[in-house]
Amino acid sequence: MVNTRVNLCGVELKNPVVPASGTFGFGYEFNDIYDINVLGGISIKGTTKDARFGNPTPRIAECTSGLINSIGLQNPGIEKVINEEIPKLRSVYNNVIISNISGFSIDEYKYCCEKINAVKDVDIIEVNISCPNVHNGGMSFGTSPENAQAVTKAVKSVTDKPVFIKLTPNVTDIVSIAKACEEGGADGISLINTSQGLRIDLNKRRPVIANKIGGFSGRAIFPIALKMVYQVYEAVKIPIIGIGGVATAEDVIEMMMAGATAVQVGAENLVNPYACRDIVNNLPRVMQKYKINDLNEIIGEAHK
Amino acid sequence: MKQGYFTVLTNEKLTSNVYKMTLAGDTKAIERPGQFVNIQIDGLFLRRPISVCDLEDGKLTIIYKVVGKGTEKMSAMDGGEILDILTGLGNGYFTDFAGDKPLLIGGGVGVPPLYYLAKCLLKEGKTPTVILGFNTASEIFYKDEFEDLGIKTIVCTADGSVGVKGFVTDGVDQVGEYTHVYTCGPEPMLKAVYNKTTSDGSYSFEERMGCGFGACMGCSCKTKYGNKRICKDGPVLQKEEIIW
Repeated sequence: MVNTRVNLCGVELKNPVVPASGTFGFGYEFNDIYDINVLGGISIKGTTKDARFGNPTPRIAECTSGLINSIGLQNPGIEKVINEEIPKLRSVYNNVIISNISGFSIDEYKYCCEKINAVKDVDIIEVNISCPNVHNGGMSFGTSPENAQAVTKAVKSVTDKPVFIKLTPNVTDIVSIAKACEEGGADGISLINTSQGLRIDLNKRRPVIANKIGGFSGRAIFPIALKMVYQVYEAVKIPIIGIGGVATAEDVIEMMMAGATAVQVGAENLVNPYACRDIVNNLPRVMQKYKINDLNEIIGEAHK
Repeated sequence: MKQGYFTVLTNEKLTSNVYKMTLAGDTKAIERPGQFVNIQIDGLFLRRPISVCDLEDGKLTIIYKVVGKGTEKMSAMDGGEILDILTGLGNGYFTDFAGDKPLLIGGGVGVPPLYYLAKCLLKEGKTPTVILGFNTASEIFYKDEFEDLGIKTIVCTADGSVGVKGFVTDGVDQVGEYTHVYTCGPEPMLKAVYNKTTSDGSYSFEERMGCGFGACMGCSCKTKYGNKRICKDGPVLQKEEIIW
């Protein structure tokens, strides 16, 4: 028997596999196709203070080994998420719930985190300062160490739940931003969000996506994400959730060797709705193949 | 929704760029006409959503137009290929709304889902009429198949080369009383049908999708009943909820 249990700031996950926010709805929809209780955790759809429709369509463009999205944080608003979506998820699911929060001002981040702090069913708050698809919000907080730290401090002042700050790769120095978050009191770092990208329709001679530029994710970005997890692991002491292009159990192990304590699976869910279940099922066999008895032994092992 | 492996049985060219493919596999997850399947194609990241044209026990028929890399690869298949397909996607057409004399209106590659719908309506004892719209004679497909079902079939061509000269809305003038409209086609056609017809209707929309099963919010639209996902809450919207 191998051990797949990992621990994020005192929150135990029975395995490190977590569907990433925005690729798994509010989770319960997937319970119709498999038992979502196999998952270590679920990071639910990013939530803002008020309901949002998001960006105009088309919002999706295909790429080699990935896709560009420009959803723009479509969500029903924090009240509905707390009163309807989280209870619906909890009614079919017993494991870790990560609530993903976004905002357009520091006050909005605070507002949402304060509300979520009162929700017993939420184990971890993930603060998205990295959405590339909304103006004057999201990513603008994640591209400078000062702003990232200001958001971190603000949300930490209103919650006692573990706070993970989700970072964007669209920066010159992700290490300085991760360190600023740690100094601001972050309990962990989630990285990476999507990388900005563009596709042009050759027939129309215009960008495919209505918003023109969107966020690129999928298998293609795995090496970029891995490199950033590797760099941030060397610079901070708090745990890292590795995100970006993870599609197999081997990817999970590689991400953990780079320094991740847990891993999120994003775009792969959209092409294989069973992706997370398959990764969970394959993980023990792949661990045995590489003679890993306990996943905790390999976190950051590539640095030794 | 169900994931399964289907074997390509036949793949036949209907017009210069429209193909009919038959596949063998488990079709049990397909609950009603107007639903679609989402096909994984080697070397491409996203699946390709295609509407169900016909269904018999374990045999699926789809009709698709070559519009990009995915459908181009599909057009080169010649039987025996095994495809990973998600089935039973979308809400589809509800036959309960039909009344006695439903009117089916399809334009171009919006025609295929109406074929299985027509078969289901006939099985329920309804008397459907179908209007098929194409640009020109060489683009017409499935006229004979609808006629073989024994239902009144009106073909409209924009250039007048076959049938009624004009658009599907010109075909509507040739139909007497109808109880409900079922339609699928390009959005300008849907809007014209919306303005022309007087009954309630079920309108099937198209949008660029990410997942096809409601997870990514890539294909959202606004309706009078709130935001809906074309892939999961649609592709069929009721006339009274549509916001153009």
